[in-house]
Amino acid sequence: MTKLLPDGTSALEAVKTGDTIMVGGFGLIGAPLTLIDALTNKDVKDLTIISNNLGEKGKGLGILLGEKKIKKGIGSYFTSNRDVGDAYQRGEIELELLPQGTLSESIRAGGAGIGGYYTKTGVGTELAKNKEEREINGERYIFEQAIRANVALIRAWKADTLGNLVYYKTARNFNPVMATAADVVIAEVDEIVEPGELSPEEIVTPHLFVDGILLASKILTNEGVVSHG
Amino acid sequence: MANEIQESIARRAAKELNGPCVVNLGIGIPTLVAKYIDDEQVYFHTENGLLGVTDVDEENKDPNLVNAGKLPVGETIGASFFNSAESFGMIRGGHVDVAILGVLQMDQSGKIANWAVPGKNIMGVGGAMDLLVGAKKVIVTTTHTAKDGSSKLLKECTFPITSTRSVDMIITELAVFEVKEKKLELVELMPGATLDEVKEKTEAEFSIRLKEGAL
Repeated sequence: MTKLLPDGTSALEAVKTGDTIMVGGFGLIGAPLTLIDALTNKDVKDLTIISNNLGEKGKGLGILLGEKKIKKGIGSYFTSNRDVGDAYQRGEIELELLPQGTLSESIRAGGAGIGGYYTKTGVGTELAKNKEEREINGERYIFEQAIRANVALIRAWKADTLGNLVYYKTARNFNPVMATAADVVIAEVDEIVEPGELSPEEIVTPHLFVDGILLASKILTNEGVVSHG
Repeated sequence: MANEIQESIARRAAKELNGPCVVNLGIGIPTLVAKYIDDEQVYFHTENGLLGVTDVDEENKDPNLVNAGKLPVGETIGASFFNSAESFGMIRGGHVDVAILGVLQMDQSGKIANWAVPGKNIMGVGGAMDLLVGAKKVIVTTTHTAKDGSSKLLKECTFPITSTRSVDMIITELAVFEVKEKKLELVELMPGATLDEVKEKTEAEFSIRLKEGAL
């Protein structure tokens, strides 16, 4: 069975109203812009979106926010899109703010079969409220639960047709961990090659994590987001 | 654009970085510190997944090569890329020597607030809490006062704190403070600044231990 997907619509077949969806990227860098566009056009709502930011104003996940399809956002940095704070103040969305290291580690744990873990990050701050605390070797730690999603939408540089992935520079960010932590994982890539063309040494995400591959048609350039293909 | 006040703070902070060391720079004034470093063994780490950050000229800008402030950067020879979980493993795990951070407020025990303003749309913790628990040394670079002229060095923060950990050093355009046993010590006046001005613009209590040759 091929993992190659013809278009964004077929790539998002698994996504349903009310789903929890991980979206890779650090702002727009390494964000699966083609898949986000397809999600914006799909008739689903009440989504919980796990992503470092909810895009930028009117860009990336910011468009999905504007369409009022997001019920809850889980991320580390919502300041980069003023619309997120405005929607929150109006009571239109719920937000869960996590330190960036906790967000990424919780996803890593979710993908690795770990239920949760203790971290020093956030101890004694507002973000530790209602979290279990314990002392380990004389230091305070808080419990953080692992995070998983129904679907992960990620961005890589190259895939082979098996679904092995390599990434490009700082567009890697959350993508490899999100690839491990969802029931269905769809990767958007710049280039699809034959098995054997990627060196086994360079593969970052082995194919067993990846369910579908889509060729990107929305690309981040120095001049902004450009559509082609 | 950075102004001379910001540049002077960054220049002073750069003197604290002696290689070999791994340094993480926050957004704003901290980012400016890199250009005053001419030591090949100061390795810059950015939490979005790069060890070996350097500057980049206009024609070599790559939209997918950025720092934590999403500004275009370059990669040094010997640089490496890694995912966010691994990057924060480096930070929490104590593998980053120095973090230089900006703040909204600080208190007189050296605790900082830099991630939220109650009632406003500033809701971005990013990597700040992780850096405070994990970096071996934390240096704050900030203007001495807020835009309304009020002191950023307070008796107590009114904004939510970022960590219970105190920072190690505070550098403003007026003064350098070290934090010793959760107390502020004024150790240096910046060029052109007077002790009276520092006292006037600092709400926090501090002791004075100006270092030899610091003037």
